[in-house]
Amino acid sequence: MNIKHMFDGKINDKMVYGFLIHTILIIGAVIMLLPFVWTVLTSLKPLHEVTRIPLTIFPEEIKLENYSLAMATLPFINLYINTFVMIIARIICAVVFSSMAGYAFARINFPGSKILFYLVLIQMMVPAQIFLIPQYLIVAKLGLLNSIPALIVPGLVSAFGTFLLRQFFKALPSDLEEAAILDGCNQWQIYRRVMLPLAGASLSALGIFTAVFAWKELMWPLIVNMSMNKMTLSSGLATLIGHYETSYPVLMASAFIAIWPMLLLFVIFQKRFVEGIALTGTKG
Amino acid sequence: MLGIEVRERPSILKDRKKKYFRKNKGNYAWAYFMIAPTLIGLFILNIWPIIQTIYLSFCSSGDFGKFIWMGGGNYVKILTDRTFWQATVNTFLFVLLSVPGAICLSLLTAGLLNSKIKGKALYRTIYFLPVVAAPAAIAMVWRWLYNKEYGLINHMLLFFGIQGPGWNTDPGIALASIAIVAIWSSVGYNMIILLAGLQNIPKSYYEAADIDGANPFRKYFSITLPLLSPTLFFVIVLSVMRALKQFDLVYMITGIQNPAIRQTRTLVYYFFERGFEMDDKAYASVIIVFLFLIIMLVTWFQFIIQKKWVYYN
Repeated sequence: MNIKHMFDGKINDKMVYGFLIHTILIIGAVIMLLPFVWTVLTSLKPLHEVTRIPLTIFPEEIKLENYSLAMATLPFINLYINTFVMIIARIICAVVFSSMAGYAFARINFPGSKILFYLVLIQMMVPAQIFLIPQYLIVAKLGLLNSIPALIVPGLVSAFGTFLLRQFFKALPSDLEEAAILDGCNQWQIYRRVMLPLAGASLSALGIFTAVFAWKELMWPLIVNMSMNKMTLSSGLATLIGHYETSYPVLMASAFIAIWPMLLLFVIFQKRFVEGIALTGTKG
Repeated sequence: MLGIEVRERPSILKDRKKKYFRKNKGNYAWAYFMIAPTLIGLFILNIWPIIQTIYLSFCSSGDFGKFIWMGGGNYVKILTDRTFWQATVNTFLFVLLSVPGAICLSLLTAGLLNSKIKGKALYRTIYFLPVVAAPAAIAMVWRWLYNKEYGLINHMLLFFGIQGPGWNTDPGIALASIAIVAIWSSVGYNMIILLAGLQNIPKSYYEAADIDGANPFRKYFSITLPLLSPTLFFVIVLSVMRALKQFDLVYMITGIQNPAIRQTRTLVYYFFERGFEMDDKAYASVIIVFLFLIIMLVTWFQFIIQKKWVYYN
């Protein structure tokens, strides 16, 4: 029997569908949120409360010392600064170099442009780990192990960014530069004054993509910087594995300290994030 | 894509432009100047390293970071390396455990969010949250959820009278547990891309189907899926590639000195272990060259079979 007959036609198909859709989406949302919520709740409990059966959902006694204990276990201030510097430097490199190269590949038909662009595509297609050992050897040879510049090295240039910006500049109409050409601008001026100002959305998408990628990176910081004060949030957290395994509230406090900055940025700039990911996703 | 059509340009302008380029050879100089940082960087950090990795795979790691040429010895050695084959099997198993689930759930959520409902933006934000959390941190969180004695999941199972396993320590299920985390953290990303694809489907198709009286399922399978298939193909290719390269979650969730590592060790994890924990970078290079070949083959295979199911306008 159809549900709507039970309610004298007050409920229509649309409402039933709506109810079903919301039910599924809410279950999904709970699964998505639960690990985060549980992190915060655990991080506020004293140890005896998390190792008790039956468990308590909300902390009976709020123990903020877990956070000061976490701050004592890892030099979080340093980790924040290192991660921040790495991300900003990578964003600047990606945005500046990729927009220049992307413009040249898209709008200037210079000899060799096709072949050179293949090099960009090759980089995008092979697994990044294939660069890892030689990159590590370069950094080691330069004596840069255990330094902030070491964290930035793989992000100095962005093949993906070059590709993304090339796609963007290629889609612009050609009348744009014709006026500038008639005015006698050279290619740098056309890029700088006419084209670059139009690339805002693509550049911010690239910036967000670069930031999230660098933020999540684990293996590179893990291998180049072994000394605690030069680590990133990710590699710093990794050192906790195998140690302090039983002080769950402190571990969860540490995890939360390392999670919240990007979550906050995302919630504030979510529209840009989502648009950026959709753009990089559909173009990449 | 910007809705701009390419118009015939007046020939005077064309000539002027040609003349401009002929006169100003300097513009090529600008082009080379503009690509220089990227190309120099690409060459040093990417192209040369590919060649070097392949070279290293034919060497043996000597003392003091020296590499000695030894021909195909490593390749012979790896063929009889049980750990390598186990890692290969684990890697493929991980792809099978994580990708189909993630794709189905992303398709489902994207489809639901594409309907006319309230609170879309809120759902989208929530589903996307795991994407911006670093794997190192979320792996720690899941380790805690998976904890055998005090983890939330086993607490919930206990509520139904079920004694839960050690999710990340039981060799039989550890890889599946990692796959669950991978699914959890990638649904939001795939969903956003699929949602963008869904929104590109012209409404007129659905209107035509409505006139024909097609039911929602019919519409989904005859209109939505075929028109979404290029986006879906892209998402699948990317997901498979990412799954083949899984490292972070294995490293963080299985961890060191865990009996389950034999069943969760992926190829990239083995590469890391050999190259940086055991400091045999030559042997690690062979592993990564193998993975590179596997990724190429799998991707090539996907491009072959896409002709059977991807619908291009």
